[in-house]
Amino acid sequence: MNTVAAAAPLTAQAFKSDYKPIWCPGCGDYSVLSSFTKAFAKLNLRPENVAVVSGIGCSSRIPAYTNCYGFHGVHGRSLAAAAGLKLARPDLTVVVASGDGDGYSIGGNHFLHACRRNVDLTYVVMDNHVYGMTKGQPSPTTEPDWDSKLSPGGTGLRTFNPLVIALAAGANFVARAFAGDPNGTAEIIAEAMRTPGFSFVEILSPCVTFRPEQREWKQMVRPAPVTPTEDAARAARRLMSDDGMNIGVLFKGDRKPYQPPIGKGKKHPSDLEAEFAL
Amino acid sequence: MSTKKSGKKVSKSSSKTRAKPAAKKTAMKAKRTAAPKRAAAKAAGKTAGKAAVKSAAEFMAHAYAMEAEAAERYAEFADSMEVHNNREVAELFRKLSRIEQRHADQILEQMGWKQSPATAADVRWEGAEGPETADPTELHYLMQPYHALQIALHNEKRARDFFAHLAKATKDVGVRQGALEMEEEEAEHVRLIEEWLKRTPKPDANWQADPDPPVLSD
Repeated sequence: MNTVAAAAPLTAQAFKSDYKPIWCPGCGDYSVLSSFTKAFAKLNLRPENVAVVSGIGCSSRIPAYTNCYGFHGVHGRSLAAAAGLKLARPDLTVVVASGDGDGYSIGGNHFLHACRRNVDLTYVVMDNHVYGMTKGQPSPTTEPDWDSKLSPGGTGLRTFNPLVIALAAGANFVARAFAGDPNGTAEIIAEAMRTPGFSFVEILSPCVTFRPEQREWKQMVRPAPVTPTEDAARAARRLMSDDGMNIGVLFKGDRKPYQPPIGKGKKHPSDLEAEFAL
Repeated sequence: MSTKKSGKKVSKSSSKTRAKPAAKKTAMKAKRTAAPKRAAAKAAGKTAGKAAVKSAAEFMAHAYAMEAEAAERYAEFADSMEVHNNREVAELFRKLSRIEQRHADQILEQMGWKQSPATAADVRWEGAEGPETADPTELHYLMQPYHALQIALHNEKRARDFFAHLAKATKDVGVRQGALEMEEEEAEHVRLIEEWLKRTPKPDANWQADPDPPVLSD
């Protein structure tokens, strides 16, 4: 008989660390942090059972602000680190945090293959259409006509459509959220975490310093006028024709997550050393 | 959830979108001039109609969630200002957070609850957040106490209007009585903050001037 009493559910606050975020005042990432902790509390998780893995950029500072296990990794490589962790420790809940620069540009290739592999991860990208940490360069999701000192006249480049790419590459869950709705975003993150396989949540998270016009997003977002579909092609068609402001779960599939058997053929480090000796 | 402005479709990438410092300057002002009464009416209507406010206890759970969410947001603002070395405004937000938390605690005491049956995350409003929760995009690292009080005043007015409209919309006598009491309390807070604002120096026109600004792209 198990004599250990069930631990009491934790509040969202219990998942926050003692470090205070250093994002700019007004940054959407504050609300995303709050949504992370609310989602963890909602799912009755414990900090010691969760790992938050990130790359580089403003959004990737999140692991330090939670008291879960954290890994602030290499630029664009958060998914590689997270996949390794999840495959080695399937008992952990692994959440990955990234931004539009880190996730879609430097980490673009990892993004494609993470969708394809379908490891049981929740990938949250805080998209503000700009490289904020390095002072305002255009990112893959920046509008082609965004005119700034660092991109005079705009880049003229077509924007990357992360949700459609995720669907085409095989992500098992695709959603869009808005930082200005932290409770709604927490629900979406929780649903992404509950769904087995690779779940992708793009969060529109305003950068008030380099993109002050994004303050208007709160007037522009709206709940997606459709119910989530299990048909990836249908979801992709919807996404190809929307204006990027529909919020909600957009696709939920049922692909089996990739998880090789643990312990089978496990080798001692000295065996591996001998095997790979030159 | 906010909807499209005037039903007009707005494309996020349709126009030239150069970063405008003026947008920053006007952001705080513009938001405060938005119609809080209309928003509160909408929120109250939905909360009273569709959502679960069917008894005085459920109403108080909503009120608690609203106060707790507001307290948490002001505490976040205080942390943010502290990190950016704006200590005067940080202290003011800290004080506002304590005030809201005290209101939340009073609700618990009044109801004889050890903890509320509903947290802010369990309660859904017509808007994305509760009617007393401050908007994070209102912040600026150089803001002054006057700005912080303007934010607080805006939120207290929204809260007052929310309860007023809830009192009108509900058919439950207990909920109506509770809403009227809360409306009176929030109206008192509005008066207090208005007095506080009168004693607080107004920022000069160049309050945002920074000889070494963080924005390179302006």
